[in-house]
Amino acid sequence: MKTTFGLLMAGTMLMGTAAWAETTLTIESWRNDDLPVWQQTIIPAFEKAHPDIKVVFAPSAPTEYNAALNSKLDAGTAGDLITCRPFDASLALFQKGKLADLSGMAEMANFADVAKAAWQTDDGKHTFCMPMASVIHGFIYNADAFAKLGITPPKTMDEFYADLDKIKKDGTFVPLAMGTHDQWEAATMGYQNIGPNYWMGEAGRQALIAGKQKLTDADWVAPFKELAKWGPYMGDGFQAQTYPDSQNMFTLGRAAIYPAGSWEIAGFTQQATFKMGAFAPPVAKAGDPCFISDQPDHALGLNAASKNKDAAMVFLKWVGSEDFAKLYGNALPGFFPLIDKPVQIDNPLANEMLGWRKSCKSTMRSTYQILSRGTPNLENATWAAAANVINGTQTPEAAAAELQKDLASWYKPQQ
Amino acid sequence: MADRKAVRWHIGIFLAPAVIVYTAVMIVPLFATLDLSLYTTVDQVRRFTGLANFRRLFGDPIWSEQFWNALGNNTWFFVIHMLVQNPIGVGLAALLSSPRLRFAAVYRTAIFVPTVLSFVIVGFVWKLILSPLWGIAPGLLDMVGLKSLFAPWLGKPGTALTTLALISVWQFVGIPMMLIYAALLSIPDEVLEAAEMDGVTGAAQFWKIKLPLILPSIGIISILTFVGNFNAFDLIYVAQGALAGPDHSTDILGTFLYRTFFGFQLQLGDPNMGAAIATAMFGIILAGVCLYLFGIQTRLRRYQF
Repeated sequence: MKTTFGLLMAGTMLMGTAAWAETTLTIESWRNDDLPVWQQTIIPAFEKAHPDIKVVFAPSAPTEYNAALNSKLDAGTAGDLITCRPFDASLALFQKGKLADLSGMAEMANFADVAKAAWQTDDGKHTFCMPMASVIHGFIYNADAFAKLGITPPKTMDEFYADLDKIKKDGTFVPLAMGTHDQWEAATMGYQNIGPNYWMGEAGRQALIAGKQKLTDADWVAPFKELAKWGPYMGDGFQAQTYPDSQNMFTLGRAAIYPAGSWEIAGFTQQATFKMGAFAPPVAKAGDPCFISDQPDHALGLNAASKNKDAAMVFLKWVGSEDFAKLYGNALPGFFPLIDKPVQIDNPLANEMLGWRKSCKSTMRSTYQILSRGTPNLENATWAAAANVINGTQTPEAAAAELQKDLASWYKPQQ
Repeated sequence: MADRKAVRWHIGIFLAPAVIVYTAVMIVPLFATLDLSLYTTVDQVRRFTGLANFRRLFGDPIWSEQFWNALGNNTWFFVIHMLVQNPIGVGLAALLSSPRLRFAAVYRTAIFVPTVLSFVIVGFVWKLILSPLWGIAPGLLDMVGLKSLFAPWLGKPGTALTTLALISVWQFVGIPMMLIYAALLSIPDEVLEAAEMDGVTGAAQFWKIKLPLILPSIGIISILTFVGNFNAFDLIYVAQGALAGPDHSTDILGTFLYRTFFGFQLQLGDPNMGAAIATAMFGIILAGVCLYLFGIQTRLRRYQF
């Protein structure tokens, strides 16, 4: 892969020198899994419309990206376009003057506030990256297993537990494919998945940031109380079950329901031999409004020191367009366009999850914006708390009280 | 002609490579770390704060709870090694040095092999063996009718640390075995023959003659175990991740340092606090080694053959 890529880069450079009017744009990214999609689908589509601009997608490993990007930006060798991590990592780059202010771009109007929040200053006045994609939480289920057992996707929590009881009683399938060993599954696919229905999405999340609600309030303890009931439905020895274990358990057809993030769709579609469906996090009572965690995942920013700003702006404008949203969303099912317009996605599972945006209100993970700036870190503490609650080693109330104490120790509005 | 002492340049020249390399890779970083722990970074400006980081580490409950938890876990990790790894190592060496044992070389090699494996392989293999889903441990226990004894050991706060310590013992038992084996081989035959003449044979010979003679080696092994355990990090990181779950029950000083220094997930790294923890670790290891060198080693009786 490296050699092919090297050759490709060399090829692009040669062409660059041959036709001197051409501009070459380089995109920094951590999405190295997506390299073939960029090379075969996205870049050709752009270059067809703009033959005078060449684009090179130059990703690095996800774990190295932040450090590598920082040093490249400091040394002045970074690419023209920068893929932005959500929230503080990118905000720090903007504050250091490494990312250009894109607030003035007309295309920003294509995105709702919640879609832009991950790449804005705290006051919302400056937006510095063009939103590209989000991931949605929910539950993916084994449709064949559901048909065999004669159960339907649940709408409410009561129906959810009724289904789980039926699956457990039948005994062919493990009801829930989830483990607590890696901890983040419990927090991300558990707490942040079902939580928004209890804390009323954005309203609760904003109130927590403003200090008007506390993590010990009933709305924030309720999801922990639900998680405390999940243990018996999970596989034997779920305490030592890792994230890849859970994925394999589900794709091998051993489990019926997988608490999921939409990024699983591409992998699951390839590996699972059975039919799959998805249902949104069930609500507490029938008729309650529903909320989904629609977590902003990546965006595209402009390197403030770029020498090809004009060409880069052309590319950014395209990224903010409906055409791009359709192309990108279909090329990478499970990474959903953030654009505020209906986008048709062909992958049925991805399309189903995307459809929830119409019926439910979008929010994002409660711990990502502002609240994880201090020590102890709320996101990391939530991992441990959620795993403890499912393991039964901590009560929901005690877990919430500890999180609140941690947060209040450094976050002024909560003191 | 006055008798002038020639300047012995060669001594300096011979010492230079070791001194330069050791200074560059050990002494300078050590003092740089100590120095780093005296600063703090606010709004990207580095400021000298004296011992404030240490006051925070030991005085602020948020930090001190984590520190004492890590130190307690680390001590337990060390105790298991001392109680399990070293006695087994001594016992294996005693068995291997028995002249009547056949295939001694095969056993010796087999027991030593895990020591040269990477932590990543050991952590991964044992995670698979103990996995409740795909592991062979539940199946093996089932075959002997003891399935009820199986538990997801790596996932329970009460058992995870002990399990990891035993995995580490499995990996490293070859080291005390080899060192003791070498010490046992170096006991002169005359001593053993004299013992036999006096009627001291078998187990009595081991306890009364051989063990006192290998005590200095056991001392060295203990101190190597101490230093190794208090610097440990890799196995826990590979098997349980940087958060050292469940519920920080496997968090040792190494993982605590890593999380603090480099940051983890949304937690940004804090090199200054990390350096303070590294300094505390250095102090603990230094104190332990000094205690051994001045308190124990000087009292060990040595025998000249």
